[in-house]
Amino acid sequence: MSQIPLDVRDLTLRYGDVLALDGATARFPKASMTAIVGPNGAGKSSFLKSVLGLEAASGEVRAFGGPVADAMARIAYVPQRAAVDWSFPVRVIDVVLMGCYRQTGLLGRIDRRFQAQAMACLARVGMQDFARRQIGALSGGQQQRVFLARALAQGAELYLLDEPFAGVDAATEAAIINVLKGLQAEGATVIAVHHDLSTVAGYFDRVLLLNRHTIAEGPVAEIFTRDALARAYGPSLMLAAE
Amino acid sequence: MDEFLILSLPPMVIASLAALACALPGNFLLLSRRAMLGDAMSHVVLPGIVVAFLLTGSGNGWVMGAGALCAAGLSALLIEFVTRRARMEPGAAMAVVFTAMFALGVVLLEMTGTSGIHLDVEHALYGNLETLIWLPGPPPELARLALIAAGLALALRMVWRPLVLATFDPVFAQTMGIPVAWLRAGLTAATALAAVAAFQAVGSILTISMLICPAAAARLLTTRLPVQVAVSLGFAVASAVLGYVLAGYAPLWLGLPYTVSASGMIATVSGLMLVGAALTASHRARARL
Repeated sequence: MSQIPLDVRDLTLRYGDVLALDGATARFPKASMTAIVGPNGAGKSSFLKSVLGLEAASGEVRAFGGPVADAMARIAYVPQRAAVDWSFPVRVIDVVLMGCYRQTGLLGRIDRRFQAQAMACLARVGMQDFARRQIGALSGGQQQRVFLARALAQGAELYLLDEPFAGVDAATEAAIINVLKGLQAEGATVIAVHHDLSTVAGYFDRVLLLNRHTIAEGPVAEIFTRDALARAYGPSLMLAAE
Repeated sequence: MDEFLILSLPPMVIASLAALACALPGNFLLLSRRAMLGDAMSHVVLPGIVVAFLLTGSGNGWVMGAGALCAAGLSALLIEFVTRRARMEPGAAMAVVFTAMFALGVVLLEMTGTSGIHLDVEHALYGNLETLIWLPGPPPELARLALIAAGLALALRMVWRPLVLATFDPVFAQTMGIPVAWLRAGLTAATALAAVAAFQAVGSILTISMLICPAAAARLLTTRLPVQVAVSLGFAVASAVLGYVLAGYAPLWLGLPYTVSASGMIATVSGLMLVGAALTASHRARARL
């Protein structure tokens, strides 16, 4: 069991006086697809960032049986689309090639092999015709797909996605979920912060209900219950649903 | 030697080198929305130079440059301190720190006798480009600026790929093992170095415009970063040469009995280039619609 892709124990994160995470604990088995679900301010994005060591959280995080820092080359992170300046003067293909940085390094030549690899990743998300476009000329959904293509270029085994479906069109949503299911079929592990409760059961096989600490985690069929949701979101959600 | 080679060529080359050295970090300051840092660095240089002179009594360019770099480092720390302790937004913290330090520099200048080494308030603002002539050999600023411009270009080439990544998407860059904080500090240091080198030759007004104007103008004309940097370097040299020539000759062509400050004219030309680029860009945007 030491090879479990991600094992998080007692993750606690404080921003000043605010407790963003309070002992969150979760295990993510190999080739699983997990939705992280919870109300606004539940610490879902903080959970991903803390796991990656981007926030100074306390607790124990192990990836593939060792410290996360040693496994970063096997992990791909897809930040929220809003996290970057899309008017930045780079083309789509340049962004995807950023995913190859670990192989190309500081000065390594970006030869035809990397170009082909990046184009293949773009094709996988249906964006091969946009390779030479400036990223600012894309729609929100297309930008999200470029981010996913960049993660694919990393050739990772564990994918962490922060709200990949936020503000994207239906075609993009379908394209992204197709790619993620394909990754899962290849044996990769996928974890995504997700907002739309109505699609959790259709898209994911596991769920982590988070509200600063773990409310419940496990297979969707067992965990994604009215009772657990009420505990995560409070009774107001149930009233809205009824 | 020809009068042009002795009197005009050295200042023109020095202004061009200063513009090149400034435009390189300027491109990345602009993209990381830290243009204000260039402003800060070009102002804090003044107290550093004055203090270095007061402490050592030396008018040597390298000594005063070292003093200026120390002041730049100190101000970077102060900006961090004010941002965190006073919970001020970084832009405001920079403005507080650099205006205070620049004012301190002016006061120190007026209270002490540094005018013997071409260091007074006027030179701090306008530089002394016109006095950097070939007499009897090349002015020391020439070699110093050439060295610094070449060093900055080489350093930028070395860290280009991680720097672009860290500027575009710092969070993702961190997950790729890129030392984002170090690159950020490195850009601050490069800005300080360029500002110090340029300040001694061209003064603080021109340094600010050299750091930002060429990059901002180029930014409007292209959607590819390598092209942006190349175009900004072209603008940098063009504004230095054109500005110098206009300052020296335009009033004569108009029949006026004087010349105007080269630094001021170069800054004005680079500002006009920015306006031209903005008009071109908006015209092109309208043509696309």
